[in-house]
Amino acid sequence: MKWLKKGLIFNPAEHNLPQNCREFAQSPQTLVFDDFVRIYFSTRTKDELSGKYLSLIAFADFDKNFTKVLNTSSQTVIELGALGSFDEHGIFPINIVRHADKILAYTCGWSRRVSVSVETATGLAISEDNGLSFTKIGTGPVLSSSLHEPVLVGDSFVQFYEGRFHMWYIYGKKWIAAHGGEPPARVYKIAHAVSNDGINWQKEEGKQIIADVLNENECQALPTVTKIDNRYHMYFCFREATDFRKNAKRGYRLGYAWSDDLLTWTRDDANGGMGFSETGWDSEMMCYPHIFQCDNTCYLLYNGNEFGKHGFGIAALLAL
Amino acid sequence: MFKWKKLGRVFNPVEIKDRPWLKEFAQAPAVLIFDDFVRVYFSCRPPADENGQYVSYSAYVDLNRNNLFDILRVSDAPVLKLGALGMFDEFGTYPVSVIRYNNEIRAYYAGWTRCESVPFNVAIGYGISNDDGKTFEKIGEGPVLSYSIDEPFVLSGPKIRRFNNKFYLFYIAGKKWILDNGKPEPVYTIRLATSDDGFNWTKENKDLVTYKIEEHEAQASPDVFFYQGKYHMFFCYRHSRDYRGKENGYRIGYASSTDCVNWLRDDCKAGIDVSEDGWDSEMISYPHVFELDGEVYMFYLGNQVGKYGFGLAKLSEYQP
Repeated sequence: MKWLKKGLIFNPAEHNLPQNCREFAQSPQTLVFDDFVRIYFSTRTKDELSGKYLSLIAFADFDKNFTKVLNTSSQTVIELGALGSFDEHGIFPINIVRHADKILAYTCGWSRRVSVSVETATGLAISEDNGLSFTKIGTGPVLSSSLHEPVLVGDSFVQFYEGRFHMWYIYGKKWIAAHGGEPPARVYKIAHAVSNDGINWQKEEGKQIIADVLNENECQALPTVTKIDNRYHMYFCFREATDFRKNAKRGYRLGYAWSDDLLTWTRDDANGGMGFSETGWDSEMMCYPHIFQCDNTCYLLYNGNEFGKHGFGIAALLAL
Repeated sequence: MFKWKKLGRVFNPVEIKDRPWLKEFAQAPAVLIFDDFVRVYFSCRPPADENGQYVSYSAYVDLNRNNLFDILRVSDAPVLKLGALGMFDEFGTYPVSVIRYNNEIRAYYAGWTRCESVPFNVAIGYGISNDDGKTFEKIGEGPVLSYSIDEPFVLSGPKIRRFNNKFYLFYIAGKKWILDNGKPEPVYTIRLATSDDGFNWTKENKDLVTYKIEEHEAQASPDVFFYQGKYHMFFCYRHSRDYRGKENGYRIGYASSTDCVNWLRDDCKAGIDVSEDGWDSEMISYPHVFELDGEVYMFYLGNQVGKYGFGLAKLSEYQP
């Protein structure tokens, strides 16, 4: 895969986002319209009670060259959950799916724990106003923990292929105890589920579909898939389980895999074609990729250094 | 109409001196009948930690089949281990419900984790015994029944039954968290899931029993048995607030059904209430009804939700 990096296209500090969000525009994901592209992302505000971050969904509308921001969301796109709900403390990321005249959103909801930092699950919401806002179909999640996917189900990405819905998502395998000043660290892997209606999902139950390249504690996140000709292409990000926040050698970078049958995936990072830049906003970390097609071109949105604190950029696919 | 004769308290955990993990509480009794004894599983707690927080375990006491007030032995260790760091059952495996099936003894239990904004969350786990019910090995690190759109949190109090070649799991599911003097309290109702294999469950997604005393009435311990051509459910219910005393505390309710799915509540047929004085004078809860040698018995908890053990009643009269 050969990509042309077009650079950072959105810096949250340069826009007036709701609730005074100035930092973070994480995990950009698109909804394509005839004459513009809406890019949703997670930004952050401080929880007044705890001093901790809350992730909120916002969007920016771009022209189809991705050079101009036409508009940013001025109202709440989707509410966080009520007391005790799986998405009480944040939604990050959100994946938008246009299907049969409906606009669906698969959310990753966050709620805080005591012995470890967080638990997540996947929610579903529907928009009746062209993606300006979303209403959840219920208080609880559509995909959650199970016998062999015990924690941290999230990062869902959904496409409709071959007559049914496919979801790629992550699940947590374990938590590693706090060590050397670091808090407990999670280990998560990419998995796959299918559905006929987008609501009831059949997991493969604890099946990791993308091989590790680092070690058994490799953390894999944010799978994103597109079909070009007869092949499915997946990007994701991966890192070491610990010491990943500031150490670029152990932090997030982009991985790549392909499949011809949606069942088996061949990991092939070397041919992913998306490495760190020499300098600049994506020179130390690359994460939260989103692949999509628009007007016969394939694009990749992604975050750079510091987990997208300073926004997201885009690359265009030049050749397979 | 049922009529019960109270026989008195059978087991008081406070009298057990040599098991530090079994300091107080003997909650949610559930029986497994052997040739010459009746094993009663219950849940117990070591003393609270420095923050006043409990973990809870499940254990058993074996009673002489010919005299249920004759205690033969108490389990040497908890029947289920607590979960690993970050898992759904890290802080409690309580209560447990067991069933014999195909020469196996299977246990369904509620696993407890601690949350930041609310005190806990609960999901249902699954274990199998290889030592005649003395201990249970978990089938997976995650729950077998977890959160979903209409059952967003607090899935607890499982009761496993087998009717008509199918497994029935009665349990409770949280609806919302409300604040009682600033303290979060869950509101929950009685629910049902069915399964052919005990692994894959189909939720009925309905409240089985209507509320009586208030909209936020909490219902628990849905204990179902088949008797004289009908399904009977004994359960307990209480007010949502200020429920730790006599006035708003737990009482035992009753419902009946011909298909196990549609239930008619009629508490005045329960035939059991708090006593004038003594160990069950303020509240009665967590009923468990079973047949033994031609008689029908009920174990139930008394004051302070079983802090001082459980007692026994015997069916003296039944009129359909």
